[in-house]
Amino acid sequence: MSPGKTIEPLWWSLFSAGGVVAAFLVPVHLFLFGLAIPLGWVSVSHARLLALVGHPVVKLYLFVLIALPLYHWAHRFRFILEDLGLHGLRMPLAVLCYGSAIVGTVATVWVLIRI
Amino acid sequence: MSEARPARPGLYYPKLPATWWLRRPGYVRFMLREVTSVFVAIFVVELLVIVHKIGQGPQAYADMVAKLQSPGCIVFHVIALAFVLYHTITWFQATGVVQVVRVGDRQVPPALVVAGNYVAWVVASLFILYWLLVRS
Repeated sequence: MSPGKTIEPLWWSLFSAGGVVAAFLVPVHLFLFGLAIPLGWVSVSHARLLALVGHPVVKLYLFVLIALPLYHWAHRFRFILEDLGLHGLRMPLAVLCYGSAIVGTVATVWVLIRI
Repeated sequence: MSEARPARPGLYYPKLPATWWLRRPGYVRFMLREVTSVFVAIFVVELLVIVHKIGQGPQAYADMVAKLQSPGCIVFHVIALAFVLYHTITWFQATGVVQVVRVGDRQVPPALVVAGNYVAWVVASLFILYWLLVRS
């Protein structure tokens, strides 16, 4: 790579896209699966959920919903750690954070194609 | 002087204690905003596990829901929902500043852009609830 050129814009774009997904879509899903369903406020049958997650369009939706916010986390968490004073570990932190997001993406694909 | 050469010369890092962000309310809000990403990540991983359990069958899914019913999980999700909503609020606020929307030669006021985001968010959330709960 020539001096001054980095892949930072790629990570920033994924951070931004993941931030949009997290802002618009995560709250309602957290409300449903974290509170409304466990507390019995609403009921959704397993058959209905299985039919939904088996649908190709829903799988694509779930991929976007799960994978993109991981890059949003990776970017922010990396800089939280740096801001807390771990400047010396800049590179290992970046590899750890973005690497975790990539592992999460692979896991998401694996779970979704097996259904 | 035989100090180790810094990895990235030219970048100056002021030496601050790890608690620097407690000094001002604005810094605390900044840190809270950044920390929302941790709750976002934990939840999407949880969601992946839930999807996996749905795929494994009714019993696996019922066991998963039983775990989510534990008081610890409920308390965690109340806290997580608060953080995730804080992300939504701060993200929309930032969008209003960053995203310049023009109609013809005129710039749409940032407050209107933010309001548009909220409307789209409410509509999307209601649509997802409707799709999942009503349209069976």
